[in-house]
Amino acid sequence: MAEENKVKLLGFWVSPYVRRVELALKLKGIPYEYVEEDLKNKSSLLLKYNPVSKKVPVLVHNGKPLTESLVILEYIDETWKNGPPLLPQDPYKRAQIRFWASFVHQQLFETWLSVLKSDGEVQEKALKEVLEKLSALEEGIKNIFPEGIQIIEHENVGLLDIVMISVFGPYKVHEEVLGLKLIDPEKTPLLFSWLTALLEIPVVKDSLPPHEKLVGVLKFIRHNALNPTSA
Amino acid sequence: MGEVKVIGASLSIICCRIEWALKLKGVQYEYIQEDLRNKSPILLQCNPVHKKVPVLVHNEKPVAESLVILEYIDETWKENPLLPKDPFEKSTARFWARFVDEKFIPSAWAACCAQEHEQEKAVESAQELLGILDKLIEGKKFFGGETIGFLDLVVGSLPNWLKFMEELSGIKLFDAEKFPSFHEWATKFVEIPIIQEHIPMPEDLINYVNTAGLAKTILGSAAMANKK
Repeated sequence: MAEENKVKLLGFWVSPYVRRVELALKLKGIPYEYVEEDLKNKSSLLLKYNPVSKKVPVLVHNGKPLTESLVILEYIDETWKNGPPLLPQDPYKRAQIRFWASFVHQQLFETWLSVLKSDGEVQEKALKEVLEKLSALEEGIKNIFPEGIQIIEHENVGLLDIVMISVFGPYKVHEEVLGLKLIDPEKTPLLFSWLTALLEIPVVKDSLPPHEKLVGVLKFIRHNALNPTSA
Repeated sequence: MGEVKVIGASLSIICCRIEWALKLKGVQYEYIQEDLRNKSPILLQCNPVHKKVPVLVHNEKPVAESLVILEYIDETWKENPLLPKDPFEKSTARFWARFVDEKFIPSAWAACCAQEHEQEKAVESAQELLGILDKLIEGKKFFGGETIGFLDLVVGSLPNWLKFMEELSGIKLFDAEKFPSFHEWATKFVEIPIIQEHIPMPEDLINYVNTAGLAKTILGSAAMANKK
């Protein structure tokens, strides 16, 4: 590919933050080179490009690094204008998308991680919080999808869809690992049909990590969290 | 360009960001002062998810979350742009804004509330991040370059907030000698008339906390015990 438009993505396959950037690049048809990082043995490239937090994803465009997945998604949208837009034009609609993307990315995901890493009363409390937040999201997106959701076309997949899929796309894995219902078609019908519609799109479905592999990793993370060994 | 309301709290270090942005762009607005211990139905209706200030209401449509509001303001009123045009520079500003809100503020807070045995490490972490901000502003008039930008508005109330937290907790974080560039920027920034009109002052924050008996709530009992 031409040197002037070279895109490199430093990532880690489990990370939903990385998956969302990859999906955005694929949806926009942007060619890129993917570098899988070993997070226990971070490469000099990663440490050079992200000295502040040393985390993935890092998008390197023409030698210039960008970090923070939501920042990267907006950068992709503003830089590559020929693919389908990830954000609407109208400032109010953009604000709604940004608000909910932040909500899913920070609030929902962090509480979800607490559910994964805890048990007993602590987990019960965290789970209650997740379900409350999912209800809030269900209510909130009624403004974004006023006519409900049946089919989503490839070119209409946007930033909020990408963030949602990166966190909750593998919801069946989460449900299997924890033995509980997360996305209930009766309690959150809009969220259920939203995820179902997104997962019909091949490039979106392919962005999910392999089911069994992710089950293994999440079980491992849960086990380590519940049985911490002193270093 | 339509009716603009800001639902805020005058001592909030976050709400002032919104007022500064609107003032810089010459936008008229009505300010609605919230009592955060007794939230109004308007606030609960406009921000049912987080129930927090600030909320911007433009033509009766509410926008919440300060960074989302700032971007909305910048995209709606084009005078005196807050964010650079270049996508990479814009992303850099956004990155640092998130850094301040998601890393620096929590870290400074943790340092001031830390229990004695964790204090040294917590202060070191917070100062490391302050050092990053210091380096960022080194040699520049504003974080936005020659004119006030997005990041200036995000960081703007922090020096006063740090003074307040330091007085409340007895922990020293913002050492002018260790962070000269940040100190220089802070001193000049607070003197700009538009900024000065809407900035929570450390003494007002302290008075409020002491009057309302909130010191323990803010610091936690452990930190109160450590207060020198």
